[in-house]
Amino acid sequence: MRKRFRVSLFTLLSIAIVGGLTVAAGIAFAATTVVMDGSTTVGPIAKAFAEYYMKAHPDVNITVSESGSGNGAKGILNGTCNIANMSRDMKDEERKACEAKGVKPVRHTIALDGVAVIIHPANPVKGLTTQQVADIYTGKITNWNQVGGPNVRIVAISRDTNSGTYEVFEEKALSKAKMGSAVEYVGSNGAIRQRVQGTQVAIGYVGLGFVDNTVKALTVNGVMPSAETIRSGKYPLARELYMFTNGNPVPGGHVHALVTLHTTKKGREIIAGLGFVPLSEK
Amino acid sequence: MARSRALVYTGPKNNGMGSTAPANKLRIGHRSLGERIFVSRRRIQLYNAFERVASGLLLVTTLASVLAVLFIFIFIFKEALPFFREEGFREFFTSTKWYPSSAEPEFGALALLYGSAIVTLGATLFAAPLGLAVALFLSDVVSFNVRQVVKPIVEVLAAIPSVVYGFFALVVFAPLMQNQGGIFLAIGLTLILGPTGVILSVISADLLAGAVPEKARTPVRLASLLVFLVTAGSITFLLARAVSGITIVSGTNALNVAIVLGIMAIPTVVSVSEDSLTAVGRSLREASYSLGATRAETLFRVVLPAAKSGITTAVILGVMRAAGETMVVWMASGNASRIPSPFYNLLEPVRTITATIAGDMGEADHITGSARYSVLFALALVLLLFVFICNLASKWSTQKVAHRAKVRPAGNGRR
Repeated sequence: MRKRFRVSLFTLLSIAIVGGLTVAAGIAFAATTVVMDGSTTVGPIAKAFAEYYMKAHPDVNITVSESGSGNGAKGILNGTCNIANMSRDMKDEERKACEAKGVKPVRHTIALDGVAVIIHPANPVKGLTTQQVADIYTGKITNWNQVGGPNVRIVAISRDTNSGTYEVFEEKALSKAKMGSAVEYVGSNGAIRQRVQGTQVAIGYVGLGFVDNTVKALTVNGVMPSAETIRSGKYPLARELYMFTNGNPVPGGHVHALVTLHTTKKGREIIAGLGFVPLSEK
Repeated sequence: MARSRALVYTGPKNNGMGSTAPANKLRIGHRSLGERIFVSRRRIQLYNAFERVASGLLLVTTLASVLAVLFIFIFIFKEALPFFREEGFREFFTSTKWYPSSAEPEFGALALLYGSAIVTLGATLFAAPLGLAVALFLSDVVSFNVRQVVKPIVEVLAAIPSVVYGFFALVVFAPLMQNQGGIFLAIGLTLILGPTGVILSVISADLLAGAVPEKARTPVRLASLLVFLVTAGSITFLLARAVSGITIVSGTNALNVAIVLGIMAIPTVVSVSEDSLTAVGRSLREASYSLGATRAETLFRVVLPAAKSGITTAVILGVMRAAGETMVVWMASGNASRIPSPFYNLLEPVRTITATIAGDMGEADHITGSARYSVLFALALVLLLFVFICNLASKWSTQKVAHRAKVRPAGNGRR
């Protein structure tokens, strides 16, 4: 029986040692971790920035999650992330809640983006007006032949309500009208692109960076989404992309470097390479 | 420790019987025949104390788990109440307009309740017969070695993460339904109607042959079998051809999700049904065979009724699994919050309760309006109540059979 006590004592001791080591390791790693969370539109930019920065500074560990602009704002509020990527501005309610908690959200504009309306490449339609886009998504127009296409049903796909892309589309294209009941919802930009490229009768909207040669971008009010039309303001569904921090980041720190990376040449290259619009030409 | 005052340890002080012997009583025990162990009184007290501490710890752990379940119920109920107090029950249960995030919010959850109900029903219709058939096959038709190999393989289906199923439904099933929808439906229909038609033809031919006198039996059986098979075959063919003309516009629809949820529920149904079919025991089966019953008669008249409660439990567990599934429906059901125009049209996108909670949770919290927050808890409460009722139903069905078995008199005794 003495042996049994000895065995259990040994077990307890080893658990304590392993637990202590884990905590120590956690503390050691926590010092150089930067957590970014938020928009699935800004996500690719954040990930590219993180990759570039981690290569230059191997002692830093940056994690990027994409749970939606709303969750990014919550992360800054609750202190679970250092940088919130958001494809829309913070709402009044969110700012009020931050004030109540003593969090000071500082907005850094890092790039411009357009919300492109995409359809399947085999669809002959070339462009729509904002009114037609609104009618399709509110359910008034249900057949492609009402906008110059073949005689088939329209399958309209939207982002879920967490998304900054959804908020911008609702504001700029629908003018805050309610989406029709037949509209399908998916969880990310990539999911919309994947659905549209697989469904010939689908229409969806994604950030400009997600348009590639598997889908066709439409002209809205006669204007094709591109870097020039977005920067000049001609394209109607344009928006700014933000990174929010709690207070102004300390110059020289990793967070400051990440939110000012867009001003450097390398940062602008990354943004343009992903299909977004850097704030300035050079 | 003086040898002369040694006591012998023979186990916990009260031996689980409630009454305790006086502490200073000598207890003599034997480790084996003729050998005695001597242990000090102090050590016996130590062991008894340790025993009590250990039982106490286990009790605390059990209480913690029970309390956790209770607290979940209470918390969800508490958070859902403000919504019903503010908005009332009417709109929630009768309206199909679901706009919780707009400026004038509308909280009509009927379309969501319908979506959850239709995909659960579809999944059950798919998984229950199939799972039961597999369970019957494994327990009564194949040899034991084959069963030992096949059952773990079926259980691997349960180990696949649900997000993988959702991915499969979105990336493989949805395009398949969109591009080859008619063929997909036709093949599915043939797979269901074909074997059913054959089985029904054989049974009908047998019944018909049983009705005629002995001499004419074989030719009547053969002729009627031929006629029934041809009829069944042509009905299947015509239906399949009619169905193959359907084009499925959107591949992320209720049928897609129902099939994938059915596949997810099959291992549960198979596992529990197979266990209950095996638990029926050999004696019942052997008695039936010895009375001259065929295998089909034994299975359907003796074994299945005996295993009825276990099979009901299995099906209810499958239903619970399908009803609570989130990832698959969020990715592949289309999430359109409306009831399709003929309500039984499974080829339209639907939205379930679970996908709504998962999709809306990010933006909905006390910041953006409390009704939007508590309506999600109201949905969760509905789901929780449904699952709870299913659980109670399965317990009740098990109890009912057990009670009946107890109450039934022991039998005639003498033969």
